[in-house]
Amino acid sequence: MFSTYPGQVVVDHPVKVPIEHRFDPYVDNGGTLLSIAGEDFCVVAADTRLSEGYSINSRYVPKSVKLSDKTVISMGGCYADCLTLTKKIQQSMEWYHHAHGKTMSTAAVAQMLSIMLYQKRFFPFYSWCILGGLDEEGKGAVYTYDPVGSYERESCRCAGSASSLIQPFLDNQIGFKNQASQKKTLSLDQVLRITKDSFTSATERDIYTGDYLELFVITSKGVEVQKMDLKKD
Amino acid sequence: MDTLVSKYANSASSASFDDADNLGQNMAGWDAASQFALPAFDIPMVANPVDFLRAHTDASAENRIRIQHGTTTLAFKFQGGIIVAVDSRASGGSYIGTVSLSISFTTSQTVKKVIEINPYLLGTMAGGAADCQYWERELGRRCRLYELRNKERISVAAASKILSNMVYDYKGMGLSMGTMITGWDKSGPQLFYVDSDGTRMRGERFSVGSGSTFAYGVLDTGYDFNLSIPDALELGRRAIYHATHRDAYSGGSVNVFHVKETGWVFHGNFDVNDLHWEYQAQPKGPIV
Repeated sequence: MFSTYPGQVVVDHPVKVPIEHRFDPYVDNGGTLLSIAGEDFCVVAADTRLSEGYSINSRYVPKSVKLSDKTVISMGGCYADCLTLTKKIQQSMEWYHHAHGKTMSTAAVAQMLSIMLYQKRFFPFYSWCILGGLDEEGKGAVYTYDPVGSYERESCRCAGSASSLIQPFLDNQIGFKNQASQKKTLSLDQVLRITKDSFTSATERDIYTGDYLELFVITSKGVEVQKMDLKKD
Repeated sequence: MDTLVSKYANSASSASFDDADNLGQNMAGWDAASQFALPAFDIPMVANPVDFLRAHTDASAENRIRIQHGTTTLAFKFQGGIIVAVDSRASGGSYIGTVSLSISFTTSQTVKKVIEINPYLLGTMAGGAADCQYWERELGRRCRLYELRNKERISVAAASKILSNMVYDYKGMGLSMGTMITGWDKSGPQLFYVDSDGTRMRGERFSVGSGSTFAYGVLDTGYDFNLSIPDALELGRRAIYHATHRDAYSGGSVNVFHVKETGWVFHGNFDVNDLHWEYQAQPKGPIV
């Protein structure tokens, strides 16, 4: 035994403290996603900030991916899990295309994603997914998921870090909840305006939302992508 | 060298116990046969997978995985068949998202809690939404295979036992499912309760979920086997309404179904707020 400086206490046996072995594979990368279905269109929007705790890792990491001319997927949660899941969906869609000679319909992708998520029931993907697109009749469709694959078709949905700020606003402006006389269908312009307002407002109050807003507009003509600036603070 | 390679061949996250996965695992391409295989699930490569899942779905977990919960469902037999009524709220620590949000938040007010297994079989959903949806869909697939093999429809008793046996294989691993399987087969209207603990019971009258006690109160008070069909539909609707009124985890709207000899019929979706004012406006009868 030797000491590197005078008076150093040298322990000649290993210190016995309990070492905790925990497998902790999840991290929340924040961000907000939003999808609204219209009569013959669908809007899928998400901010592009990727954060971890109080740090911002990147200001531009898109959360939405175009899967086909009729379908767009948007995911939030643990970005690593989201990447893997997106890759799995794209791969299965390609195989489907080779096997059946046609592109998967939005409803088929929706059911497949539910099964993919449940496949990991005992080791879940830490991700919340929103699938937006057009159904077989050309109507707007939004499918929403919980991390283990329960899913539902809805008319609008917000998920992610600012969802508790935006969803009640959508219930009021899109669903016209508790306003029996108000019910009407919205035009694409109105939906885009509500979407942009939702995100600029959420950026003010949610630290995980900001930087840029990326909007995917799905119509019978295909998918159009728009970008908008959000506050970068 | 080989031992060294095999030691690092499995990463902690990707290895599964069974390589015959249905989707996304077969590197050679699309294999139709694998579509008929038994479901296989990815398991985390840790000493105790059950503890792993529990640690990450627990309320104290740092990044909590929140699974949808909370319900009132009911079903009862009467002279005209079976009535099935359910609420439509998913909530109760179920809000998927905000890390630091500890209060309960309603995830959805429009959940379909009656699962249409096929035109003759209905299943209800209480507990984990994904567990109910997945296993009742799998049940539907197996019932269809039974039909193709045997050229006749499966009995409700057999169908409910398939479901019961499937989920019993995963007992203790964290599945959460409380369901009623109803339908009309050769021996008439049938009603079974099946849950993820492995319970399977035949019965006349069941209510399942966090609001079930409230629903039972109304259901048992108003129940008579000889109820007419409109009266029976109304009893189911009213029982769910009262449960949504007293149970915070239930709400949204009421969905009502009637199971007949010719299959099930959907009898509408009723917003509980509309029902509240409808019932408020009615004159109250004597209690006894």
